Order: sequence, then C-alpha cells, then structure tokens
Amino acid sequence: MTGVLARVAFVSRRLVKAIVVIFAIIVLNFFLVRMTPGDPALVIAGEAGAADQKFMDDLRHEFGLDQPLWKQLAVYLGHVAQGDLGFSYRQRLPVTQLIADRLPQTLLLTGTAMAIALALGIAFGTMAAMYAGRMADTMITVLALLVFATPSFWLGLMAILLFSVKLDWLPLFGMATVDSGLHGLALAADIGRHLILPAVTLGLFFVAIYARLTRAAMLEVRELDFVRTARAKGLGERRVVVRHILRNALLPVVSYAGLQAGYLVGGAVLIETVFAWPGIGRLAYEAVVGRDYTVLLGVLIITSIMVIAFNALTDIVYVLVDPRIGSTG
Amino acid sequence: MSKPLLSIEGLTVDLPASADRPHALEGMDLVIGQREVVCLVGESGSGKSVTAQAVLGLLPPGRLTVSGGAIHYGGRDLLKLSPLELRRLRGARISMIFQEPMAALNPVVTVGHQIAEAIRAHEPMGKAALHDRIEKLLAMVGLPDPPLLRKAYPHNLSGGQRQRVMIAMALSLSPDLLIADEPTTALDVTTQMQILQLLKQIQQQREMGILFITHDFGVVTEIADRVAVLRQGHKVEEGTTREVLTAPQHPYTKALIAAVPRLTTTQRAGIPADAPTVLGTKGLVKTYGLSGNFLRRSRQVRAVDGVSISIRRGETLGIVGESGSGKSTLARLIVRLYKPDAGAIDFQGVDLATLGRADLRPYRRRVQMVFQDPFGSLNPRWTVGDIIASGPVIQGVSKQKALSRAAELLELVGLERTALPRFPHEFSGGQRQRIGIARALAVEPELLVADEPVSALDVSVQAQVLKLLDDIRHRLSLAMLLITHDLRVAAQVCDRIAVMHRGKVVEYGSTVDLFTRPQHAYTQQLIGSIPGRDWLEAEAGPPAARPAVSGSKPTART
Amino acid sequence: MHNRGAVAGAVVLLLVVIMAILAPVFFPASPWDMVGAPLQPPGSPDLLLGSDMLGRNIASGIAYGARVSLVIGLVSALVAVVIGVTVGALAGYFGGMVDDALMRITEFFQTIPGFVLLIVLVALFSPSVVSIVVAIGLVSWTPIARIVRGEFMSLRTREFVQAAILMGESNLRIILRQILPNALSPVIVSGSLLVGTSILLESALSFLGLGDPNMMSWGYMIGAARTVIRLAWWMSVFPGLAIVLTVLALNLVGDGLNEALSPRMSRKVQA
Repeated sequence: MTGVLARVAFVSRRLVKAIVVIFAIIVLNFFLVRMTPGDPALVIAGEAGAADQKFMDDLRHEFGLDQPLWKQLAVYLGHVAQGDLGFSYRQRLPVTQLIADRLPQTLLLTGTAMAIALALGIAFGTMAAMYAGRMADTMITVLALLVFATPSFWLGLMAILLFSVKLDWLPLFGMATVDSGLHGLALAADIGRHLILPAVTLGLFFVAIYARLTRAAMLEVRELDFVRTARAKGLGERRVVVRHILRNALLPVVSYAGLQAGYLVGGAVLIETVFAWPGIGRLAYEAVVGRDYTVLLGVLIITSIMVIAFNALTDIVYVLVDPRIGSTG
Repeated sequence: MSKPLLSIEGLTVDLPASADRPHALEGMDLVIGQREVVCLVGESGSGKSVTAQAVLGLLPPGRLTVSGGAIHYGGRDLLKLSPLELRRLRGARISMIFQEPMAALNPVVTVGHQIAEAIRAHEPMGKAALHDRIEKLLAMVGLPDPPLLRKAYPHNLSGGQRQRVMIAMALSLSPDLLIADEPTTALDVTTQMQILQLLKQIQQQREMGILFITHDFGVVTEIADRVAVLRQGHKVEEGTTREVLTAPQHPYTKALIAAVPRLTTTQRAGIPADAPTVLGTKGLVKTYGLSGNFLRRSRQVRAVDGVSISIRRGETLGIVGESGSGKSTLARLIVRLYKPDAGAIDFQGVDLATLGRADLRPYRRRVQMVFQDPFGSLNPRWTVGDIIASGPVIQGVSKQKALSRAAELLELVGLERTALPRFPHEFSGGQRQRIGIARALAVEPELLVADEPVSALDVSVQAQVLKLLDDIRHRLSLAMLLITHDLRVAAQVCDRIAVMHRGKVVEYGSTVDLFTRPQHAYTQQLIGSIPGRDWLEAEAGPPAARPAVSGSKPTART
Repeated sequence: MHNRGAVAGAVVLLLVVIMAILAPVFFPASPWDMVGAPLQPPGSPDLLLGSDMLGRNIASGIAYGARVSLVIGLVSALVAVVIGVTVGALAGYFGGMVDDALMRITEFFQTIPGFVLLIVLVALFSPSVVSIVVAIGLVSWTPIARIVRGEFMSLRTREFVQAAILMGESNLRIILRQILPNALSPVIVSGSLLVGTSILLESALSFLGLGDPNMMSWGYMIGAARTVIRLAWWMSVFPGLAIVLTVLALNLVGDGLNEALSPRMSRKVQA
C-alpha cells in the first residue's frame, strides 16, 4: 500500500505551501508600507523621530528608501530572513525581541481558549444533536446565537464587571499579581486565576462555533446509510453514536478548527487589550495607540506564522483520522 | 410454502402529515418460509423498503411510525420487543444488506473492524479467533487475499467488492433471515449477476430465508421462490414466481411485467442502404490524467480508446457498456462537450474534433443531446417555455416565435401546451425527460445523442419514453445515438449496437446479429448477465445456450 | 412567515433603522457635546441612560452610533459579497488554472489573521468610513468566495448547463443567467450574516480607537468606558447591548432567510 508515502507527500506538500504563504505575507507587508500615503520613512520611524531630519535621512539610507523598489524589497527580505523585523524607535527595542517576550503569554492564552472551545463545543454539540428539537438543544442553540452576536471585548468587560468588580472572585487585570513574590506552584495558581476570565471569554465564541458545527455534522452523519448498517448489526446506541456518528462528524470540525485559527489570534488582540494580558495582542494595541507601525507589521507576520503552524497541525490530525486523504491523491 | 420463518400481519406504517398519502404501508401481509426467497417488487414509493426497515425496527424515528399490525418471528412479535431485545436479534438472527454498498460502510473504519464489530456485538471472542473468522467470511464471499482485505478501507474496494463485504458482515453470525434491500441495483449487470449467484449459493448452503427487495422483474426470476407486488403501500398480488410471471392477475403486475424490456429485437423497418451517413468518428481518443503527486507519477486512463463508429440518417445506434466503459465520455466527445485528444469526428465533411469554441457554434444546433438525470437537466429557475425556447432564441429566432414553436413541441412529446409557463419541479421524472427531448428538438438537430435517457425512470415510464424516442426518430428521420448500460433497452430500439469495454468498441454490428451470434467474450458475458434472460427468452422463443458467467476475479484496488 | 425568531429579528432591525434615521429628531445636539454633568447614572433628568465622563448623553450616542454600525455593516458586507461572488464564480466555472490561481489568493487571505490585517490596514491608511469599509470587505470575502465556488463547481457539471453549452450559449450568459440564479440563495444568507459580522468588526476597531474620528460609534463608547468601569457601568453596558441586539436581529433574519430559501421539501421518504 502506498498510503504512508502518500501521507508523507501530503504533509510535505502542505509544508511547501506554508513557506510560500509566509513569503507572500512578508512581501505584502513590504508593499503595505510603500502603499501608505506619505513617506515610508515616517511609517518606519513611527512618531518617534519625525522631527529629526538627520535621523530620517539615516533611516532612508538604512532601508534603502533612496534606491529602486526591487532593491528595497531585497533589503527588507534580507532583514526578515535574518529574523530582523525592524526596530521600534518608540520602545527602543528590536521588534523581534518585543514579540519574543510576549509570545509565550499569547500562546498560553490562545491554547487554553482553544482547548476549552474544543472540549465544551464538541460536548455541547453532541448533546444538542442527541436531544435535537428538545429543551437541551433549544437552549444550546439560543446560547450559541447570543454568543455569536456578542462582541468579545464587551463580554470581557462584562465578565470583569461581574466577577471582579461586583463579586470580587477573580483578579481584574494582568497575568499575575504584581510584586507578589510568588514562586512555583503558587505562581502557577496565581497565573491560572488570572487566566480564567480571558481564556473563557476568548474561547466562548469558538465554543458556540464548534457546538453548532458538531451538532450539524452529527445530524447529517446520523442519516447516512452506514449508521443504519451499524444499527442493523445490532450495535448498542452508545457505540453507534461514538464510533460511527461522532467519529465521522468530527472530521469537518477538525478541518474547520484549522480555519478558525486566524479568528482566534484576532480575538486575542481584543481580549488581551481588555484584560491587560501582556501578550502580542496587547503589544499590537500599544502599537496602534503609539503609531508604532513597525511593531504592528511584525505582529502581522508572527500571527500569520502562528496560524500557518496551527493549520499544519490540524492538517496532520486530519490525515491521521481520515484514511481517505492521500490515498486518492 | 415451508414452515413460516417470519410473518408480517396487517402491518400499517404512517407517513408524516406533510406527505401525499397517509400511509407508507397499509395492512401488509407477508410470510417468509424457512429456506425461502421472497421477492418484494414495486416501483419507488411503493413501500417495499419501508417493509424491510420495519422488520428490524430501523424506520427513521419521527418520520415513519408503525401504527398497526404485527411481525412474528420465533414466536414473538418484533414490534413489541424492547430496544435491547430487538438489538440482540439484529445482525445475529436477522441481518440486512443495502442498496449503496459505498454509503453503507463507514468510510473511516477498516472493513475487518466493521465485521468484527458485528460479531462482537453478539459474541465475545478473542482477537485471533476473530481475525480467523473474518478472513473465512471474506473468503466465503469470494474476496481475494482476505488477510490484506481485512485491513482495507471501503474506498480501496470496488462496488461489487463492497457489496461482498456487506454480505460477509450480514452472514457473520449465520442468521436465519437476510433482508436484502435492492442489493444489486447500484451495480453493473455482470457484477449484479455474480452477486445474485453468490446470494443464491449461500442461501442454499446455509438454509436461510431471504426477503429480497427489487424493482426489476428480471432479478426476480433469477432468485425468487415467491413474489409479492406492492403498489402505493398495498400488496396487490402474491404467488410463486412462476404463477406471477406466467399468469399475473392484477393489472398493475401485468403492466410491470409488460414494461420489462424484451430481448426480442423487434423487426425494424430497416434503413435504406443508401441512407447518408450523418456522423462518423475515426480513432477517437480521450485520456484522463488521474492527478498524482511528486512521489507517485500521475496515471493516464484512456476513457475512450480509438473508437470508430458511424451513424446514418434514420438509424438508431446503441452504445452499450458498463460503468467506466467510456460510453458517456464518447457521447460527450461526439457532441463536443469534451475535446478529443486524438481522432476525427466527421460531420458531413467537417471535422468537429478540431474546431474551437467559436467555429463550433454553427454546428452546435445540428447535434443535440438528451440527458440522463431528469432532475439535473432542466434549470430549476426557468419556465418550461424558456427552457425549450432558449436554443432557437440564441439562433436569432424571435422570442414569441420560439415560444409558439415550443408549444407545438410539447404536444409532439406528449405534453400539454399549458406546461409552458410552469417550472420543472411541477413535473414527474418521465415528463421532465419529455421536456428535455423537446428542448433538443427545438433546434431541429440532425443527430440526437441520448445518454441513458431512461435509466433514472421507473420501469413503466421507461417503456413510454423509449417509445417516444423511437417515434420521433422515425417521424423526423433523425439519426439517434442511444447510450445505455441496459442491453434490454438497446435491444428494443437500436438498429445496430456497439459494445464498449474499457474504452474500446469490442463488438459492433446489427442488433439481431449481436443477440443471436455474439462474437466477443465480453458481449457473451453481458448477454449472459441480463437478469431474467431465461424467462425472457422462454417467452420470446427458442432459447440460446447460456454462456457461463465467469466474471473476472475481483482484485483489490490500491 | 412562520419563523418567530426571524420576525422578531426583523422588528428589532426596523426599530434600529428608525432610531438611526430619527437620531437628530430625538437628540438635536451633537452626541459629542456635553449636555449634563459627567458620570450621571441612568435615569437622571434628561439622561435616560446616563452620561459619560465628559457629560455626553449615552442615549444620544447610541442613537447616532446606530448610523455608523448600519452603514458600515451593510456596505462592507456588500463589498465582500461583490469580491467573493466574482472570485468564486470565476474559479468555480472555469476551474483548472484560473481556479488554482484564485484559490491560492483565497487561501492566502484566509491564512492571514483577518482582524490583525484589518487593524494594520486601517491604522496605515488612517481611519475613515471609506478605509474601514474597504478594509472590512477585504478581510471578509473569503467564505463567500468558497461558497460560490462550491455552488458553481457543482452546478456547472449539471446537465442543464451542458445543454446550454450545446445550444451555443456564451460563457458569460451561462454564468449570469443559468448558474448564478441557482447559486444565489446561499449568497443572500451568508451576506446577511456578514452584515452582523461587519458590525462586530467595526465596533472592535472603534473600541481600539481605530473608528472614524468624526462619527460616534458603539465600539468607541465601550472603549471610552473601559478605564472607568469601576465608576460607571452604564457607559459600557448600554452600547454593548445595542450591538448584541442589532447583530442578533440580523443573524435571526439571516437564519430565517436560510430556512425560507432552502426549503428542504419535507424529506422525501424512500419507500
């Protein structure tokens, strides 16, 4: 059987594609700066050095702004290839370092949110499908509709209002209690307490999405012939649902989860802003406020790479779950 | 009748309130004896599948509900069993196989696992013994290399192989009763015959009863001991196969039997020897690339491989072949929906094969097509009038004139003029096919290519549409190319037949010659596989020696 | 119409539209003007929903904010639908290389985190109604393109399209007259849902301070309320409710359209 080879080929094809997309995003980044009305040097400098003529001239020279466009692109690509995403003249730090400092926090937040979303979403979706048309289903459906209509940043604020301001159960802002001097497990618990609200708020939208998706997929798979075959074999209802219905219904959920990664990262910008969570989303907000465009563009590149990595992950999961991928080319 | 195995008494199943009639099934009685094969025959909507599903309690919940009657099996009423008791019977004592062998198997679970599940649900068993049992079952249903096949996924298998897997699964616990719901309808004729023979053989070995559901009286004659005919939820006739076939009582049964295409090649008027050739192909080739990847070279499949045929005015040429034979591709090459990779299409001196889109336009109207799918071939958003008039309007005829011509055409194809402003969904499958024929005729073609024009229709409607096509060919002295998988259909209306197999024409000659003296082994196999051939020939006259259906050994696709 | 949700949604939507149109009638003063004491709680005289830290009327802000939300929601959804239908139709109808090229572009836009790109675009090109509308359209057309492509791919293999080719119809006529009418209902449905999504995106932009600085918007009001959440809950609660209600209404109408446009004729019972 050529199955294994075909799967390897499938994965490598995806990798090549990912690299091409990253390259394209970097090129897009370059042209975005050039297309901006006004002086690109101003964009690069942000508000930091606009007044200083000498500084601006140096900047133009460093980025080759006095040279033809293709040369500028080459210079830019060279920089990015070396891991240099530019310098934040506002924060007086390289963008790469700024992002590297913030990335782990964002990964923690988005990872937790995604885990919550998948676990609860699939559970609720399965429940809704099993009790389709009944009370539990209606409630889940109505809740999902509400969540879809609610801006996440407002939901975050409302959560703060309720759980932090009124009830005082959970911390208001930030990732850890300032100057607490906590270590080890105590620190982890402190971070966990800070993580609950932002992660749930960020994940809730995706809980609703996966619940809806799982429900729809299960209702569809339920009608397929092989489910009837499974029943005709005399299998118990539980086995029919888990092994035959849910297993096939999860395929679209998995592939859709990959497509959602971009929204998750986008949502993180808002949630981190609301909860003052020190991740790259918050960094993006600070960059917007400070007109620090170099940082903003760096965030765009890094978040795109995050999405690509997540997509690759879901692709691999998909190949592992669905034997049909790869064998038919 | 032998001792009863299953007896259905007064079974009534309600349809949802929105349906066009109150009951899917009303007061149905049916007895299946031990070691007996009973065929339940009917057209779509007759309630035959509902009966099958009711026996195992598999009716879709909420949509179909049993409102009366009893189903006795082993001294108990199946309708009164608890879900658990019913489950113990399913797959173990009574098992079932379905029409679509692809859809009936879970795509993400290996074949072996799916059979194992069926066994384990009723009989706990160690892994080694289980594997051994599965491999024996796979061997029993004639599948090659059971140890390998056990690990295959359904998409690795061909349609016939999947149905064999379904049979192996259904038989895994030696049930007394097998319910087979149109198990061969989705298969090619030669595969159908192999599966029928397999079922018959196993039924005799294992002394099972079979409830066999079908719409095809040909299949009935191959397998049934007794027949019950269903119509709109009512049983209209029941008897031994011989009784029902030779002396049907109910008019509906008579109509059904009469609608089975006869093998008799009707004596046709004959085409004058000097009738001009309308279209001829020479060495036509179409290759499809199966997309590969950088590890596996892409493969090329020759769907049509050097086909040369010609059609004369007033003649019907049949192209007969099984799925994958390239017959539909050939049709689409001739009407130039596809571009041939090599070869010529000589249309009265012009080679259509090489013409580009613009150059082709003047010839478009002269070669028209009637399609297979009565639901897909008419734009659902257009009125019947607009559909039929569209061709002439593109040719520059005024809308008003085109519409009045459309009205005449509707009458020609046996519909009312009042159909003009209505939409396709208001018509039945057979009526839609008539509309499709009218559309093709509207541009006054010289050649009509009909691609499986009746295969999606119920048998009784099939005969009418075929007759209409034949009439029209005669009245308008059209040339007609009829694509079909059904030799019986071809026998009825074709002057000459070309048999296609794997892209090539393997036999090409007059219909009479082909049936009386088939030359090629494949043609012989095709004729031998016609369900009900013995019966049809007994009716028609002197029987011919029946060639054995050897059937190429199925091999695992990778 | 027997879908109660859709009817309720339509009624709410109508009220929001009326509110947007009549805003200057109810509140002749600009929503940016100080009309009372700062941080007045709801129910204060002349301040039904309270005032913000600059003494601006929250109720007036909500009424004027409806204009921005509706206009931007509608127009950017339209932009996305036009791009999506064009890309999807061409890719699905022509297939092959055209499809490959267009799908690579679509995948590219699907991969970039839409909201981050949105922020970058609006920040670089400075926030205005036009830049916001175009940017939202640019980041949200991909689902439409995929839907339309799928519809076109399946419809173009239908036999009625083959029949049209045989009649000699041109590609353009086949795309516009034969296929598009059959592919329209999912577009209408997802387009209506896109209006809601666009409103959410606009509010998020304004929340981050990237709204059109000349127009009062719900997102901006919530953003301004963030720092005083301990003091004045009403500043964030009411604009948020306005967003939820409007988007919910739109989604309900969209779901209703979905049901109305794809009548799954009471499941055919196979007998």
